[in-house]
Amino acid sequence: MFEAILLTVITASTPLVIAALGELVTERAGVLNLGVEGMMIMGAVCAFAVTQISGSPYVGLFAGILGGGIFSLLFGFLTLTLVANQVATGLALTILGLGLSGQIGEAFVGQPGIKLQPIVFPLLSDIPFFGRVLFSQDLTFYFSIGLVIGINWFLFKSRTGLKMRAIGDNHASAHALGINVIRTRYLAVMFGGACAGLAGAQLSLVYTPQWVENMSAGRGWIALALVVFASWRPWRVLAGGYLFGAVTIGQLHAQAFGIGIPSQFLSALPYAATIVVLIIISHNRRTTLINTPASLGKPFVPDR
Amino acid sequence: MHIELEKRARVSTLFSILSPLLALALTLVFGLVMFWLLGKSPLGALYSFFVEPLLEVWSLHELAVKAAPLILIAVGLAICYRSNNWNIGAEGQFTIGAITGSILPVMNPEWHSPLILPLMLLMGMAGGAFYAAIPALLKTRFNTNEILTSLMLVYIAQLYLDWLTRGPWRDPQGYNFPQTKSFQIEAVLPEVLSSGRAHWGFIFALVAAVALWFMMRFMLKGFQVSVLGQSERAGRFAGFSARRMVWFSMLLSGALAGLAGISEVSGSIGHLQPSISPGYGFTAIIVAFLGRLNPLGIVASGLVLALTYLGGEAAQLSIGISDKVSRVFQGLLLFFVLSCDTLIHYKIRLVLAGATTGEARR
Repeated sequence: MFEAILLTVITASTPLVIAALGELVTERAGVLNLGVEGMMIMGAVCAFAVTQISGSPYVGLFAGILGGGIFSLLFGFLTLTLVANQVATGLALTILGLGLSGQIGEAFVGQPGIKLQPIVFPLLSDIPFFGRVLFSQDLTFYFSIGLVIGINWFLFKSRTGLKMRAIGDNHASAHALGINVIRTRYLAVMFGGACAGLAGAQLSLVYTPQWVENMSAGRGWIALALVVFASWRPWRVLAGGYLFGAVTIGQLHAQAFGIGIPSQFLSALPYAATIVVLIIISHNRRTTLINTPASLGKPFVPDR
Repeated sequence: MHIELEKRARVSTLFSILSPLLALALTLVFGLVMFWLLGKSPLGALYSFFVEPLLEVWSLHELAVKAAPLILIAVGLAICYRSNNWNIGAEGQFTIGAITGSILPVMNPEWHSPLILPLMLLMGMAGGAFYAAIPALLKTRFNTNEILTSLMLVYIAQLYLDWLTRGPWRDPQGYNFPQTKSFQIEAVLPEVLSSGRAHWGFIFALVAAVALWFMMRFMLKGFQVSVLGQSERAGRFAGFSARRMVWFSMLLSGALAGLAGISEVSGSIGHLQPSISPGYGFTAIIVAFLGRLNPLGIVASGLVLALTYLGGEAAQLSIGISDKVSRVFQGLLLFFVLSCDTLIHYKIRLVLAGATTGEARR
């Protein structure tokens, strides 16, 4: 019983963690992409469609990553090349993503999907208590853990990561030092898009293997809140993601038990939790100021 | 080859007017290509999408019905965005306004007084303003990002409405449909003309647009909005309070979204049900930007976006295109508006590979 709950918590948390990690890298480079929800739903629909056509959820997973990455380029072109307002463009990306995915997915509504099967590590998964939870998961879970470690190393231990943080904190100085601000930001935006796409693919291939319009249901926005919650640190994203996953699954179980609270109130819990967490994190202005990348959301036009 | 931007010495007035039109034209061209890809006759599809709905009296009325909430919400959002407050939860404020405005007819279906309608409208505005006050309070008190909080509140409002209409407010004689009793005739927002469905919500929208245009153009408050929006520091030197502006813009836009909500429910639907909006609160964001955040421009852009809703329904019937196409159109339109707006502040030139103009000029 406990193990089963833990397994579902992990499945519910993984997309949040992956999408939030991608956005974390984008924001560390100083770009605020509010289009996570749109990129996520595009990833979900691309992954589902390609899986249905090719018959392989792995090809589908790849299509989800590609779909999210390519879709994010639209945001990159507008905000980085044309210096459009990042907040407005991010909203546009979400609106377009929700519309476009509905259009693409229409042919696939109601079709039974193909689930991404777990990869079981033979000996490790026999460890009592946590073996099955940690070592018989699908690829996306292992990937999410790898991403946390990889991004943490990249941001704080590698030279390129240092440069990227420099861009996020002061793009004018970074430009003066000869770092290619626009190119790095394009890459960061695409990385964020690819992660959001992968998170979406997890939704339509693992969490609920089918296509339902608007199936991301605000998870992209919750991922954005997670980045703030984590004060732009990868390990805290992991912790926060699991907290939200636990709330989501907890309310589902509470609904199943029928504890006398209307299901709508329980369904509202993850959204309410997001607000509460944002209040707790933001109320100390000074720590927020120290952690936030200083150039976040500011337009940059290289002077020539 | 890459694109280079050069800041214009002054803002281009030509492109301020031209950019929304350019964006519309680009969206149409894209639409042609999209319909062609879908295997439909492009011109025929565009005709049934954008022209046919304008040819009949009843569909012009429908246009006004759909434009009313879009314009009402968007003029409020324009004040928010101009003052750099990013309220994107208008859909939630719309929903709560519809709920609080419906308290009287749902609770007192036998109350036949001419007072009920004005009271409903006021309560709707109060509800919307209250719901927008939450992100405003959190922003001013706890420094919480209003984008995320206002959006999360949308989901909560929709779930609350769902619970109300399936639970305590459900009409017991409603054959198990999740909806409230139909409002009594005194609680229905009347039609403007006898020829069709367009209700007073459209008049409210026009009045709000003109009033806010006047405020932005001729009143100190409007000046405060623009100054604080462009530079909070400059605003502080002038003695304007950014904190007060958060409250002003959020409450104003919340009240207008709430008014839109109760007008829609009372004038167009006639009862409460789990779903009362095809995403007006989000489409209004596009309306606000297409109207260049100018209240009068928003009247025009609201009509254009209302047309995409109508065209989507019409095209679904006449040529069998999914109504999802209208959402794609709306998204594309916002993209093109945002990219064309670059032309207002910058000159854009294509630089061919190798020709490093920047270095040469130095």
